[in-house]
This record gives sequence, structure tokens and C-alpha cells, in this order.
Amino acid sequence: MNKLKRLLGFIWILLALLSAYFSVVYFGLPKITNPKGSDDLVFGVIIIFILMPIIVGGLFKFGLYAIQGLYDDKNKN
Amino acid sequence: MQSKGLWKIIGASSLGTLIEWYDFYIFGSLATVISLKFFPANNPSAAFLATLATFAAGFIVRPFGALFFGRLGDLIGRKYTFSITLLLMGSATFLMGCIPSYESIGFWAPVLVLVLRLLQGLALGGEYGGAATYVAEHAPANKRGYWTSWIQTTATIGLFISLLVIMLTRLALSQEDFNNWGWRVPFWISILLVAVSYFIRKKMGESPLFESLKAEGSVSKNPLKESFGNKDNFKFVLLALFGATMGQGVIWYTGQFYAMNFIEKICFVDKMQSDVLIAIALLMGTPFFIVFGALSDKIGRKKIMLLGMLLATLSYRPIYEKMYQTISVKNKIEVLAKQIKSTSLNKTLETKTIDSVQTINSFYTDGTEKTEIITIHLNTKGEKLINSKKESKISIKINNYDKWILIVLVFIQVLFVAMVYGPIAAFLVELFPTKIRYTSMSLPYHIGNGVFGGLLPAVAVYMSSKANDANTFAAAQGEILPYDKPYLEGLWYPIILSAICFIIGLVYINSKTKN
Repeated sequence: MNKLKRLLGFIWILLALLSAYFSVVYFGLPKITNPKGSDDLVFGVIIIFILMPIIVGGLFKFGLYAIQGLYDDKNKN
Repeated sequence: MQSKGLWKIIGASSLGTLIEWYDFYIFGSLATVISLKFFPANNPSAAFLATLATFAAGFIVRPFGALFFGRLGDLIGRKYTFSITLLLMGSATFLMGCIPSYESIGFWAPVLVLVLRLLQGLALGGEYGGAATYVAEHAPANKRGYWTSWIQTTATIGLFISLLVIMLTRLALSQEDFNNWGWRVPFWISILLVAVSYFIRKKMGESPLFESLKAEGSVSKNPLKESFGNKDNFKFVLLALFGATMGQGVIWYTGQFYAMNFIEKICFVDKMQSDVLIAIALLMGTPFFIVFGALSDKIGRKKIMLLGMLLATLSYRPIYEKMYQTISVKNKIEVLAKQIKSTSLNKTLETKTIDSVQTINSFYTDGTEKTEIITIHLNTKGEKLINSKKESKISIKINNYDKWILIVLVFIQVLFVAMVYGPIAAFLVELFPTKIRYTSMSLPYHIGNGVFGGLLPAVAVYMSSKANDANTFAAAQGEILPYDKPYLEGLWYPIILSAICFIIGLVYINSKTKN
């Protein structure tokens, strides 16, 4: 189980990077640079400045901790 | 502690928390009226989204409230802190009901709404963690799930009461009076409830665990640094967020808020009918928060919470498809002989235009009624304005049988909510040590619920409307429609997040996970 926990750590980091890419390139930036209305601008700002830092930063750190074995069960391998 | 004493504590804590939830949700429940009063826009959808954005602003500041009041609660005590949050929330709600409309004070109206909404968010961010910690620190360890589950019912009951108060106000007043001033009544009522709850809380003692920490001189000097600057604790904050509260937050908001938005905005069910059926489903589902909270004391928190996430992930699409098909008039037979059409001309003084308003009332064999109001903007000569689009408003009154189908479908979603939400206070409290508990548990709770969950209605409605736009564009171009079921597109947000949360919870949380 500890091996799986560490391996999945890479998936969480990958997911964090993918979220960052999609949040910026597909969702956030087009809405901020070329908004089709006020709702577009609001969502662009929310995605880039609120959702993205939490998802990306948090998930990246979570993955990193998992790889470092911080979530390992100490009684098992 | 004796059960009798515990009931007093639960009662006093729950009442305050319930009122805070009530205060918070009346804004969301009155979103449509508020958008017309404070957010001027020719397009009602844009006004609605503007309100949702303000709604989101209320949620986004919740984590900041969690940090600010959580720190205070770990420094000076739980009781004082969650009494301050109660007063802050009550005052902000009352004042929101006093703001003059945009017509009277112009730009200041939406600015004041936004400021008060932010204060509400801050207060709520501090309240829940305090109440959950306070109750958990009084309860015996083997019954913590049961006792804290009473606090967990307050969010749903708060939403239920907010719907009930709004419904009663609507019933007591004419539509015109409600739209003019009646919508303010639910905000004003809050100040009375808060006053009663504050005086009850004032008489309560401090949490025994915090008292003993204080007596030992072990109170944290810097709760923020110890909670988030220390890797050994921060890893549990992240685990609580991604393995529990993220999934719980989106399931909570899907089952209770998105279901309501979906029925009203996507399926066009009459507002009053939709409020009634949601209220019944909430009432039926609420006792299960206690059932699952108590069950978590026996079989563990993890199993129940993860089962709730799994069931929600797998069944959201079929449930919403069934809801949509139950309401859709495409599946019903119209009694054409009964159809009533009427046309009238309405003058709009501000824009110096005349609106041609056509009302079509359609009746179906199963008792369903549909009212469609088509508005075309004309100039003073009666010619159609260039660039003016035809506006259509649909309202569907469903029959009793369909109403109960919808109630059962929403009730099933509330059951998922009860599974993930009933045991979560006990789970979070047990994850962190007493001296930094208030701070540590409040942040992941409010990010999970406030950010991931709170943004759900706005993001999901947005995703569905974008899918609809893409289909409309493709149809105009004569291309194949890109979305088979655009009305289900918004569900991908809760489905993906709860699936990720389920996997993280399954792999990383074990029954001994404790800081």
C-alpha cells in the first residue's frame, strides 16, 4: 500500500500540472483577455486567481508529500 | 459529561450555527430578486450570473474567515470566537435587508451588497469550526460522530428554513409587494433570531479541553504557523481537503443547490413548486445525518463517507437524466384544443420602447401546464428593433406524480449528502490536536465547501449554458450537434472532483489516520 501511495503521488503532481495548463490556457486567459461579457470575466478571474492556486498548489504539494512517504503507514512496507 | 448537559450544549451551538446558515442561504435563495434589484442588466441571465458571482464571493472569503477566526479560537477560546461570528453574521444579514435598491442610490447598492456578503462569508468561515470543535470537545470519544452530527444537520435545516420563510413571505404578500419590499423580510427576521441565540450562547461555559490546555499553559502561541507551517500537520490539512472535504463539498452543493438550480433554470419548473419539492426532500433527508453520524461511531467514518462519494459519482448522470425527462414536455401529449394565446403591448418608459408580449398557455394530458411568455422589443412606431432578440420565459407546473418522482430523486441526493457530511465534523476534529484544532480543521472544511462546493452552481450552470450555445451555433451552421445532452454537462464538475476525492480517501486515509 505504501508503494501505491508513493506512486500515486506522481499522478497528483501530473494532475496539478494539467490543471494549471488547462486552467490558464483554455479557461482562464481567454476569458480575461477576450471576455464575451461580465460573466466571462468573473469566471476567468475566479479560475486563475482562486481555483487554480488552490488546486494546483495544494495538489502538487500533496503529491510531493506522498512521494516523500509522508503518508506511509509506518507499520507496513 | 451527562447527556442532559450535552443536549444543552448541542442545542445552543446548533441554534447559532443554524441561524448562520439561514442567513447565508437566504441570499442564494433570493438570488433572482436580488439580481433585479441590485445588478442592473438588460439580460436577466447576466444579472443572475452576477448574483451567483457575488454568491461565490461570499464563499471565496470563507477560508479567510476560517483562518482569522480559527486562529482567534485557538488563542482565546471557542466560546468567545463563535459568539463574535454570530453577531457579525446577524448584523450583515440585517443590513443587507436595509440597502436601498440600485434605482435609489445607484452604484453604491451593488457595492454595499458585495461588502456585506463578504462579511457574511468571513463570519461563516469562523462559525462552523468553532461549533463543531466545541461540541466534539464536550462529547465522549465513542459517541463523537453521533453528537457532532447534530451540528451537521444545521446547514440543511438552515437552507430548509430559508426556503420556508421565503415561501411564507411570498404567500402572505402579493407578487408585486414581494418584489418591491417583501424580499427584505427574511433578512430582517435574522436579527431577532441572532439576538436570542447570542444570549443563549453567552451563558455557556468554555470547552473543557480548551480550559485544561489553558490551565496547563499549553495554548498555541501561533496557531497559523503550527497548522500550516509545520509539515507534520500540514500534510493532514491537505489530506482532509483532497481526501474528504473536496468531495463532500461538491456533493453537498450538487444535492441541495444544483438540484434546485437545475429544476428551476434548466427544466423551468415553477419557482414555488420547485421550492416546495426541494424543501420536502430536505426534510425527509435530514434525520439521516444523525443516522450516518451515529453509524460512523460503530463502523468508522471513512467507509460511510467514501461510499457516499462513490454512489454520488456513479449515479449523478442517471439521476439528472431522469429528472430532466420527467419534466420535459417533449415526453408529454399536449391537448391542443385547450391552448390559450394572448398578446399585449407594454410600454417601457426608460428605454422608450414598446414590448410585444405574447403569452401561450399549453396543457398536457397528464396535468402538466406550460406558460411561455415571448417578448419582442419594438420602437415607438411599432417596428421590431434592430439587433433586438426575441426573449422567451418558460414556466412549467408539473403534476403531483412527477412532483413526487422529483422529490425522491432529490431525496436520494440528500442521502449521499448525509453519508459524506454526517460524520465529517467528527472526522476533522479527530484529525488535529486540540491546541490548533479550530484553525486546522476550519481551513480544509471551508476550502472544500466554500471554494469547491460554493462555486458549483455557478460553474455547472455556466458549463451547461456553454454546451447549449455550442449546440445552437452548430445547428445554425447545419453541423452535427457537439453535445448529446447539454443539460448534463454541468455535472462533470462534481463527478470528477468526487471521483478524485474518493480515490485519495480510499488510498491515503486509514482508520488510524490521526495527527
